[in-house]
Amino acid sequence: MTAVAEPAVSAGTTRLAEQLRSTVGAERVLTDRAQLRTYECDGLANFKVTPAVVVLAENRQHVVDTVRLCSQAGVPFVARGSGTGLSGGALPSADGVLIVLSRLRRLHPVDADNARVVVEPGVINLWVTRDATPHGLAYAPDPSSQLVCSIGGNVAENAGGAHCLKYGFTVNHVLGAEVVLPDGEVVHLGGAAPEHPGYDLLGAFIGSEGTLGVATELTLRLIRIPEAVQTMLVGFRSVEDAAATVSDIIAAGILPAAIEMMDALAIEAAEAAVRCGYPPGAVAVLVIELDGPQVEVESQFSQVEQIARSRNAFETRIAADAAERALMWKGRKSAFAAVGRISPSYFVQDGVIPRTKLPEVLGEITRMADDVGLRVANVFHAGDGNLHPLVLFDDAVEGQADDAEELAGAILDLCISSGGSITGEHGVGHEKRGKMGRQFTAEDLDTMQLVRCAFDPHGLANPGKIFPTPRLCGERPGPRTAADTHDPALGEVF
Amino acid sequence: MTTATVGRRPGRPDEAVGGVVPREVVSPSTVAEVAEVMRAAAADRLTVVPAGGRSKTSWAAPPSSCDLLLDTSRLDRVVEHVAGDLVVVAEAGVRLADLQAQLGAAGQLLGLDPPEPGATLGGIVSANASGPRRLRYGTARDLLIGATVVLGDGTVASAGGKVVKNVAGYDLGKLYTGAHGTLGVVVSTTWRLHPVPVARRAVVLDLPAASAAGPLAVRLSRSTLTPSAVELVGTAGGAGQLLVLFESIAESVAAQASAAVTLLGGGSEVEELPATFGRRPGSPDDVLLRLAYLPTALPEVLAALPHGTAVTASAATGVAYAALASSDAVDALPALRAALARHDGTAVLLRAPEPVRGRLDHWGPVGDALDLMRRVKERFDPERRMSPGRFVGGL
Repeated sequence: MTAVAEPAVSAGTTRLAEQLRSTVGAERVLTDRAQLRTYECDGLANFKVTPAVVVLAENRQHVVDTVRLCSQAGVPFVARGSGTGLSGGALPSADGVLIVLSRLRRLHPVDADNARVVVEPGVINLWVTRDATPHGLAYAPDPSSQLVCSIGGNVAENAGGAHCLKYGFTVNHVLGAEVVLPDGEVVHLGGAAPEHPGYDLLGAFIGSEGTLGVATELTLRLIRIPEAVQTMLVGFRSVEDAAATVSDIIAAGILPAAIEMMDALAIEAAEAAVRCGYPPGAVAVLVIELDGPQVEVESQFSQVEQIARSRNAFETRIAADAAERALMWKGRKSAFAAVGRISPSYFVQDGVIPRTKLPEVLGEITRMADDVGLRVANVFHAGDGNLHPLVLFDDAVEGQADDAEELAGAILDLCISSGGSITGEHGVGHEKRGKMGRQFTAEDLDTMQLVRCAFDPHGLANPGKIFPTPRLCGERPGPRTAADTHDPALGEVF
Repeated sequence: MTTATVGRRPGRPDEAVGGVVPREVVSPSTVAEVAEVMRAAAADRLTVVPAGGRSKTSWAAPPSSCDLLLDTSRLDRVVEHVAGDLVVVAEAGVRLADLQAQLGAAGQLLGLDPPEPGATLGGIVSANASGPRRLRYGTARDLLIGATVVLGDGTVASAGGKVVKNVAGYDLGKLYTGAHGTLGVVVSTTWRLHPVPVARRAVVLDLPAASAAGPLAVRLSRSTLTPSAVELVGTAGGAGQLLVLFESIAESVAAQASAAVTLLGGGSEVEELPATFGRRPGSPDDVLLRLAYLPTALPEVLAALPHGTAVTASAATGVAYAALASSDAVDALPALRAALARHDGTAVLLRAPEPVRGRLDHWGPVGDALDLMRRVKERFDPERRMSPGRFVGGL
């Protein structure tokens, strides 16, 4: 496993810690190694770096002061919410400051008529829906970690969730952000109105994984809770049949709220962990949820049932009430953690492929796993082709962790060559930056970094994430081919 | 590259962008040709203004200079439509109407319906144009999943991809959306598609006072009905007509339209949309504005407009179009902007007749992120050659 070296804390950073103590209050500044170790990793525990300083911010001013002092000292900083990220996006800098935002937890009252709510970044995802529900509203993005993950983290990662097939991602539900830029300046991107003149910097900020600044307040759009929701659990004897069912549903012009798929190994794990009562003997299950007006849901639901049967579904179970629906979802949402019941260790992978390539890619993943003698459990958002292969291994077996890491990486290469992406919702973070050059050209990445240089010319905000090689912002921007490849014949044209 | 392949020729007076006649016009037909043109323009330090169907050239401020009009209309290939994935890749010069016809044959659509005739995908992205169905499908920023641009120096750069769910790297498609060609030339676009609804029904309700659309739209928004559009056509201080559009399966549109009549306290059900549906208000002699504000502020927005102003509003979303008489506009615009600001609102000029154009502030106040926008522009286009002067703050 990869561990990141931990250079000693520099004198400059030690001085910065003193300044932080006097500015934001000594009780909010941690420098004790034992306390700091709590923050050495996020949800991706195989990368660990102990930060030099942790600031437990309680309000916007603490964030502004901390960022400004970091900027003046030239010390990098990393923002962290609940720390549930799965790509090492909140991995600290060893000689830097970690700004913990989980105490910024204010939720303003819901504006029900405009379906908006303003929240601070440390607010837990599920709290937003909890507050909105009495008004008949909900916050659509629902990552599986929604009980514990923060809105600020969701914004950094552009979090998705099971229901983003129909409702879109975090970026489609955040209308405005108050952002502390890497030099400590505060700007407002977007707002409460649906449009604002100027560049859509909010669109660029969301999903930038903490590399463009720190959000201190967010204006969220809420959705109306649909009139009807129906959920169905369908068992199949083959993965191919399950995948074909997904394609047929989409081809029939039906847009479900969610279509989730689990294979035999994932089902076994979920059963062991939460006894969700999935159909015995199923090689694959689909959890299909439709929502909307009652008549629409009823009609489309029976259509979906027929499609599944025509693809050899051997058991179709319909949730009779909210409790049964919750149990169906429990199996799915607990699947990652559940895999711990059937394997000592595992890597959670996140990749995307075009939905139509599901059967062939799943077949290929099985072949690749067989070749190296490892098992892969598949849990995924089938409706949008977002795979979560869980590569199982045993640390106690010499070399198996390395094999598993290599297989997880090879699965990403397969996603890229299938026309997909190396991440659908977990982000690039520290973990996948080496793969960015496979998915994008050098020109693509340089162009993205033009945005980075505009926001953060000194590269202090969450350095070492997303990009394989940071661009030096002093460089003269220009194509790698530059003027020397300029066709001299063009002189005749212009 | 030869002059023949890019169709280079002198600009004509009728091709003026905001009154500025381009010195030359080029019409490259491939991305590689666009890159060659841009490298050559960089070598000669030419200012470049991209244009597609030219249906919205007045939506941004006039350029301070236009050496070269880069006509994207020959970039007109639908590169790839993967129906099973509900995704299409199409070049910037493809006309929306042509694309919809092609997608429609496969039972799919791109959920954008700006009414400007002849509009191209590149132009719609660059102007961030939308229509009534934004209530259901969102706008270009919600549907564009990948984009390729050619920067001012000829660099060809893509962001996003061909899958709907994708968080790898910065989502630059959003940055190019609404940037009016000031960061680069959009050459290719990749979109998320939707199935064509099989049935449609609308409820039309005449309103003695257009402002009544405000509380009615709130009532609709707070119900479980799922209209595709809630459109007001009317005049400020006068009467109006509200149209609530349902698009789904037959049983659903019938049930929802009937429920809407009850909820609204009246209205008649129609199968066909009126010819005016989605059209921008007013005539070419008017000053056309796009207003955006908190949705519930619609009555206050109508009250802030000069009496008799022709208005259309996507009443449930907080976007409206207002056609001010030219004689009113110069005096009315600052007060209107001040009134809108109380609702996080803004007013952007989409069109103004020649005599008043130069006397109107095109974009209005931008807020505290303007410096940051300037820094973004400086990084992408340090020589200020891409559509100079067209954007906010003179960018």
